[in-house]
Amino acid sequence: MLKTFTKGGIHPPENKLSADKKIKILPIPKQVFIPVSQHIGAPAKVLVKKNDLVKVGQLIAEQGGFVSANIHSPVSGKVFKIDNVTDTSGYKRQAIVINVDGDEWDDKIDRSSNLKKDFDLSSEEIIKKVQEAGIVGLGGATFPSHIKLMPPKDMVAEVLIINGVECEPYLTSDHRLMLEKAEEMLVGIQILMKALKVEKAFIGIENNKQDAIEHLNKLVKSYKGIDVVPLKVQYPQGGEKQLIKAVIDREVPSGELPISVGAVVHNVGTAFAVYEAVQKNKPLIERVVTVTGKSVKSPGNFLVRLGTPVKELIEASGGLPEDTGKIISGGPMMGKALNTMDVPVVKGTSGILILPKEEAKRRKVKPCIRCAKCVEVCPMGLEPFLLMTLAEKSMYERSEKEDVMDCIECGSCSYTCPSDRPLLDYIRLGKNQVGAMRRARSRK
Amino acid sequence: MHQKNNKSMSKLIVSLSPHQLGTNSVNKLMYGVLIALLPTLFVSVWFFGLGAIIVILTSVLSAVIFEFLITKYVLKRENTITDGSAVITGLLLAFNLPSSLPVWLVIIGAFVAIVVAKLSFGGLGNNPFNPALIGRVFLLISWPVQMTSWPVPSPISNKFLGYTDVTTGATPLGKLAEAMRNGESMTSFFEKIPNYTQMAIGNMGGSLGEVAAIALIIGLVYMLMKKIITWHIPVSILGTVAIFTGILWLVNPVKYANPMFHLLSGGLLLGAIFMATDYVTSPMSKKGQIIFGIGIGVLTVVIRLWGAFPEGVSFAILIMNAFVPIINMYIKPKRFGEKAK
Repeated sequence: MLKTFTKGGIHPPENKLSADKKIKILPIPKQVFIPVSQHIGAPAKVLVKKNDLVKVGQLIAEQGGFVSANIHSPVSGKVFKIDNVTDTSGYKRQAIVINVDGDEWDDKIDRSSNLKKDFDLSSEEIIKKVQEAGIVGLGGATFPSHIKLMPPKDMVAEVLIINGVECEPYLTSDHRLMLEKAEEMLVGIQILMKALKVEKAFIGIENNKQDAIEHLNKLVKSYKGIDVVPLKVQYPQGGEKQLIKAVIDREVPSGELPISVGAVVHNVGTAFAVYEAVQKNKPLIERVVTVTGKSVKSPGNFLVRLGTPVKELIEASGGLPEDTGKIISGGPMMGKALNTMDVPVVKGTSGILILPKEEAKRRKVKPCIRCAKCVEVCPMGLEPFLLMTLAEKSMYERSEKEDVMDCIECGSCSYTCPSDRPLLDYIRLGKNQVGAMRRARSRK
Repeated sequence: MHQKNNKSMSKLIVSLSPHQLGTNSVNKLMYGVLIALLPTLFVSVWFFGLGAIIVILTSVLSAVIFEFLITKYVLKRENTITDGSAVITGLLLAFNLPSSLPVWLVIIGAFVAIVVAKLSFGGLGNNPFNPALIGRVFLLISWPVQMTSWPVPSPISNKFLGYTDVTTGATPLGKLAEAMRNGESMTSFFEKIPNYTQMAIGNMGGSLGEVAAIALIIGLVYMLMKKIITWHIPVSILGTVAIFTGILWLVNPVKYANPMFHLLSGGLLLGAIFMATDYVTSPMSKKGQIIFGIGIGVLTVVIRLWGAFPEGVSFAILIMNAFVPIINMYIKPKRFGEKAK
């Protein structure tokens, strides 16, 4: 019996169209747009000004608070302007626009492709390097990684869990990385283990990536303390709490962090970025992005410099299909719909999914028939139908009592609803209002 | 270039995730229930012939017509008859009626079910009580004689001849109530009723849809396989009835009938599989559904053995329907990472 999480869950069509497409290097664009807010937390502070010359890997914006991350130039060239640019959120926010000139790298960066296994650094030194490199959670949550490596004083990490689940339909960037950069990733995992002072790491991978499981199983033999854990395919297994439950059978209590059960979770992409930062002195300036969709001419996986407009990626995959209705940054379950193709690739961009008009349309909402399917599929044990009604009626105190803040926004409820009710839309509204209520309370 | 870009951009749809929806739909679920009801439909026509056909057609047609007329002319809403729920209500009502019931009573039953019990509360999703059962109980209380004349299943050669002029007799549960009143022993009671095989295939007196145990169970298996319902409600009802009557039977086998008889007789299977599992009128959490099922099981046995009516499933379900809002309020699914309180 394969391991999995035990509460709720759905199984949407996997549609991994680009699973066997090798990672291709996308040519550097003429101009890049680097938002200063590519992570959860405070925006980074801009360090450059118009007409400054920058090199690849040069720090151009520094961490702007405790929860924040450094940002480095992904290209060489001249700063064209500091301006507001539409990002994934749909809002215009501060970004550094750089006109590309050549490809000149910072001297400290080791650009060779040879595998460097050995490292002799203390936990603190590793954390410092990760912080300097501006690494954030590359699974999409973009939480600054160095903070996750520093457990609060009274808590101890026991185990590192590496998230190779990629439970979102369509996306294959993590899958390809596990196949093509496995050794680097494993060294990255060992570095993370050292930083956390843990002896044990598990790589959770869903069973639909047999090749990755086999490949890593062969390689882990020469890496101490790392195990591959094949998981039954079930969405949202890539959710942090679901993955911890699936791999080590512990439930993170409501409102608490994984460290409260001794677990720290990092994405496979993050592990690779950590390898590059620590072993190659290379900050986070590029990432793997899947470009996919049934109407896309040639779906694929690309190694992309951050700041590259989404437009360039779509061009490289055969252009924007005629009947496009929606362009999504991320997967179909939790991704964000973009309102323009000029949005730049940022640290959290795992994929670009294009949906034809027919699939992009929302369906007509019908009355709730109280079938309880939303309750059945909710991985957090919530009652989505009730949370929606409470939000519709603005009964937010009650929403809070009904644990609305536990919602991980996986969308399983909306996906399953036979009446096509926009459950998650209303639950988000509830979360928003309850969040505002809580902030108001703590100000008092 | 810029112009063209803007134009194509304005066509992009921007909405919140999820961007992909599943294949569930109200229609699909309702038609699934209808398919699950087909075996029972065949058995009822097989045993009750013309009467079954007349009652079923009248009930389904009038349910659909009432739904259409009221939504169109009174509620002035979009037509809802294609969602299949009115057809199900009509069919379930028919399954709860004797095959000799006069057409005009069937129409009244359908009116009460659709108009009073469902649409007056706001239509599908809003009714607190099971509409078909409200229709049936209304008829039972208002026209008790017609509603308790149960045609005896007739031999195949005769079945298309009979409708109102068929021979009638008591149902096994009716006979049980009589036996218990007279203090008769179970041994002599069991000589008067069909054996279990006959009961399982449906060769006994009763309402159209309740007699065919095997057909009903096929329907249950189908609905479980298609994930239309889960096991919680039917299993908790049937389990409770089996345990409750089993204890009584073990204590005094001369006075009380065995659990097998209780499971196969009356409307228990029809109620447990198709009536109590009605989405709208059953609890939302699994725990709540089990409590609901146990309540129905206990009430059914209590009414059957010590109540004024020989059969209690309909009343038991309606009574527990009334408790659903309270169950939903207090019985919550177990939250992920719930903290001990």
